Amino acid sequence: MLEPIHISLASLNIATLAPMIVAIVGALTILCIDLIKGGLHKSLYVMVSLLFLMIDLGLIVDFGNLFIQNGSVSGMFNMMLIDGLAILGQIIIVAGSMLFIPLALTSKRFHEYNYPEYFSLFLFMIAGFQFMVATDNLIMIFVGLETASLALYALIALHNRSKSFEAAVKYFTMGALAAGFYAFGSMILYAITGSIEINQIAAVLGADHYANIGYVLLAISFLLAAFGFKLSMVPFHTWTPDVYEGSSAAMAGYMSIVPKIAGFIVSMRLFEFLVHSGVVWLQVILYIAVVVTMTASNIWAMVQTDVKRMLAYSSISHAGFVMAAILIGTTQSNTALFLYWALFSFTNLGAFTMLWVSRQKNLLPGQSSDHPFEKFSGLIKTMPMAAIMMGLFMLSLAGIPPFGLFWGKIYIIASAVTGGYTVLALIMALNSALAAYYYLKLIVYMFMKEPVKEYGKYYLVNASLSLKTIIGIAAVGTIFAVLAVNPLLKVITLFVYNSGY
Amino acid sequence: MQEHILSILIFFPALAAMLGFVVHKDSARAYGITVAAIEFFLSLWLWNLYDPMTSGMQFMEQAPLVAAFGINYLVGIDGISLFIIILSTFFTMIGIASLTETRRVKDLIITLLFLEMTMVGVFAALDAIVFYVFWELSLIPMLYIIGAWGGPLRIYASIKFFLYTFTGSLVMLVGMLFMAYFYYQATGQWSFSLLEWYRLILPLNFQLWLFAAFFIGFAIKVPMFPFHTWLPYAHGQAPTIGSVILAAILLKMGTYAFVRFSLPLFPDASVFFMFPIAILAIIMIIYTAMVAYAQEDIKQVVAYSSVSHMGVIVLGTFALNVEGISGSIFLMIAHGVVSGALFLLVGVIYDRRHTKLMSEFGGLASVMPRYATIFGIMMMASVGLPLTINFVGEFLSLLGFYKQSHAFTLVAGTAIIVGAIYMLSAYKKMFFGNVTKDENKHLKDVNMTELLALVPLVVITVWLGVYPKPLLEPISHSVEPIVQLMHDKAQTAEAQARIPNLANPEAMNSQEETR
Repeated sequence: MLEPIHISLASLNIATLAPMIVAIVGALTILCIDLIKGGLHKSLYVMVSLLFLMIDLGLIVDFGNLFIQNGSVSGMFNMMLIDGLAILGQIIIVAGSMLFIPLALTSKRFHEYNYPEYFSLFLFMIAGFQFMVATDNLIMIFVGLETASLALYALIALHNRSKSFEAAVKYFTMGALAAGFYAFGSMILYAITGSIEINQIAAVLGADHYANIGYVLLAISFLLAAFGFKLSMVPFHTWTPDVYEGSSAAMAGYMSIVPKIAGFIVSMRLFEFLVHSGVVWLQVILYIAVVVTMTASNIWAMVQTDVKRMLAYSSISHAGFVMAAILIGTTQSNTALFLYWALFSFTNLGAFTMLWVSRQKNLLPGQSSDHPFEKFSGLIKTMPMAAIMMGLFMLSLAGIPPFGLFWGKIYIIASAVTGGYTVLALIMALNSALAAYYYLKLIVYMFMKEPVKEYGKYYLVNASLSLKTIIGIAAVGTIFAVLAVNPLLKVITLFVYNSGY
Repeated sequence: MQEHILSILIFFPALAAMLGFVVHKDSARAYGITVAAIEFFLSLWLWNLYDPMTSGMQFMEQAPLVAAFGINYLVGIDGISLFIIILSTFFTMIGIASLTETRRVKDLIITLLFLEMTMVGVFAALDAIVFYVFWELSLIPMLYIIGAWGGPLRIYASIKFFLYTFTGSLVMLVGMLFMAYFYYQATGQWSFSLLEWYRLILPLNFQLWLFAAFFIGFAIKVPMFPFHTWLPYAHGQAPTIGSVILAAILLKMGTYAFVRFSLPLFPDASVFFMFPIAILAIIMIIYTAMVAYAQEDIKQVVAYSSVSHMGVIVLGTFALNVEGISGSIFLMIAHGVVSGALFLLVGVIYDRRHTKLMSEFGGLASVMPRYATIFGIMMMASVGLPLTINFVGEFLSLLGFYKQSHAFTLVAGTAIIVGAIYMLSAYKKMFFGNVTKDENKHLKDVNMTELLALVPLVVITVWLGVYPKPLLEPISHSVEPIVQLMHDKAQTAEAQARIPNLANPEAMNSQEETR
């Protein structure tokens, strides 16, 4: 007869689960609404999702206040860990999702938004990402990652086009491979340390002075490959442009922001203690990966003929840029990572929404993709406001001051300077010049060429009031970013520093 | 209001440009002239309020932008920036007033007003990041002006212009971040304030690297040989207004930044690099003068001559004494007036004939006498005839460098004669001889609008050539503290010897004698 196990409910600290539970309840609620009465308009589902996300965000902010007073909270047998990184990550995830979900309110009908399952999958995905960042348990990370990814594959496939199926299957295959790598890597770490918690692993490895360095390196290789896929680092990036092209612009924009911040936080937890404890091999590999990712994707982006593919390569390059912060691994650089990503979300939201509002239902004869550069030719003459908006987002992406991304960029480069990575700082700066070329290409098309008649009727064809509002929010966030930088820096530094990163 | 005059001066054109979107396109030009004139009078009022006897910064304003990272909105002017700001507002005004462009005038005027904001901003900024923001922002309106209103190769030219300068300034940005980091190490606080940086004394090897980083950014903008290749394209393709603003103001940002950043921040490195830069400057003067002689397009002649004169400005700046630096700043203004006027004059003939090839002209002096006279005056000024504005600047720049090296000055002085050759020969080809082409026989002489822009320039050219004191005095008052600061900060023996000590000149002479 086994002894009954006594666990006090308080020690579980169930409250740590609250934000994710809200998202899951939201998803189930949407399904229930559909059970009771089908055929409702998509606007209902959008608003219901928004409501739940608001509650979710509110709870996270509440945890933020708690964190400032009492420090990190853990719960569920240390499965959950709500530290500064988790809170910042969840804020970006949920706030980013709240900005992207109204993109479903297009004025044209797209069939995926008629399924309530779309919105319920969306909320499940958010819960998955939240789990992923709010733990340092390798298994929990895996569960969160897979929950989110499976939902994401389905969401991509719901965009009913042959290319979307291709994209979903491609993403799924690559994702499965990455999951395999992740599992192998964690398994090896468990085998040599006997723990699945990252801080325990760090402690055990530190205690025996990295005696099993060979195994550690093997594990790191697997994990690097896994996160290489998720964060689309070169050479694991090959799926990205195809998947972005296949999914709707709204979904592509979402994929360029939210899944990646989750990936960054896990990489931060996993790799930084290793970089700090002088695993030179990892440092070298990360250095090479960062430089190659930035440079190669910038060069590929130059030769793209489709704006969405160009933006896909550009987001790979931005991911490489931000990965440098993990390599540098100081408090300043980690702060810079969050600052950069918060500013990047706004700008990228705007850029992808601009594509999304001029999405055509059917391609014209001779048109090879959704958004060829020619489509935007001479936009300043036909729709000056749209051209100025798009130009603004391109300039911000290129890092022209005083627009949003510039501030993130100088803070990351400054952290490279402070961290002693002089050459890296220079490479990062010069990469911005490379990147400027392809962002300018779109500006050249919009401002300096003559309009192409056939495309004229597709500009802003999807633009409903809510979409224009989103573009407006993105534009305000991009132009007036300078005013937000100081408060953001203070808050982020506080959170990151107090989490020990 | 007086204490905020600089902010008003910076942001008034931008605000006006925003409102300009509403103005009807037929009235856009009048709107542009009004705004630019108000801005110009504001800048004159600034001159009126300016106290020429004070040597430090005036009209300073400060507001925190990113306090946690030491970035402040910090502006202020001294005698060096005051006149370049007035030059910017003046050229924007006469540029808009003499605008002959008919395609999408409203867009052009809004763009020009934004450009005016960035120009005033660059020259008023005293915080490195604020400076950088305006410096980079100025590229975008120019990109648009060249790319949308330019000649057949306009897109290539505009992208080349943008990417060249952007690349250079990114290297400069890394340099700025390093400066801020060194300041952080020294004091425990982040700061991008130029005035705070001035107090920092850096070891020589740091100075050399940082000097190089800043130099790349500035040299591309000037543009110094061998980074000058973007300029002929930009000038060749840009519309008249674009060339005028580019030559008169935007290029000055580079030379101005040398005086504001490179010299006082890195005195030892400035001395260390003095002769290499002098060699580059002399190559620039001679080489571009020879290239100018080989051109068939009058606009390219003016463009290359403008690069050639920028060489003299750089030479004067790196004389590192009061005469040289004051002379080079005066020459910046002179060069702005003269080359701006020459580009306007080229624009006048281009509007009539739609060609810029010199072989298409000949004997214009008899058809367009007033035009030929003004062109002649400006050409003489460009050559550096005494009693014109350019002469004062060139003479002082060379005088300053003569104190550092006789041989270099001799070569540079001779090189200026080459300038006379190509200018006079271009003038001969265009204006003298018989009228060979029928199209040229009935060309209209300059009209009232064009005179309105050109006559003030002629007046300034002669007035400041005869009596440069109103500008020269405040300029040298403001240059003196910079030179003194450089001397005080200098660590190497060579730097201490090369940079004059203004506070105590005797000490220096005796020092020289003992060596």
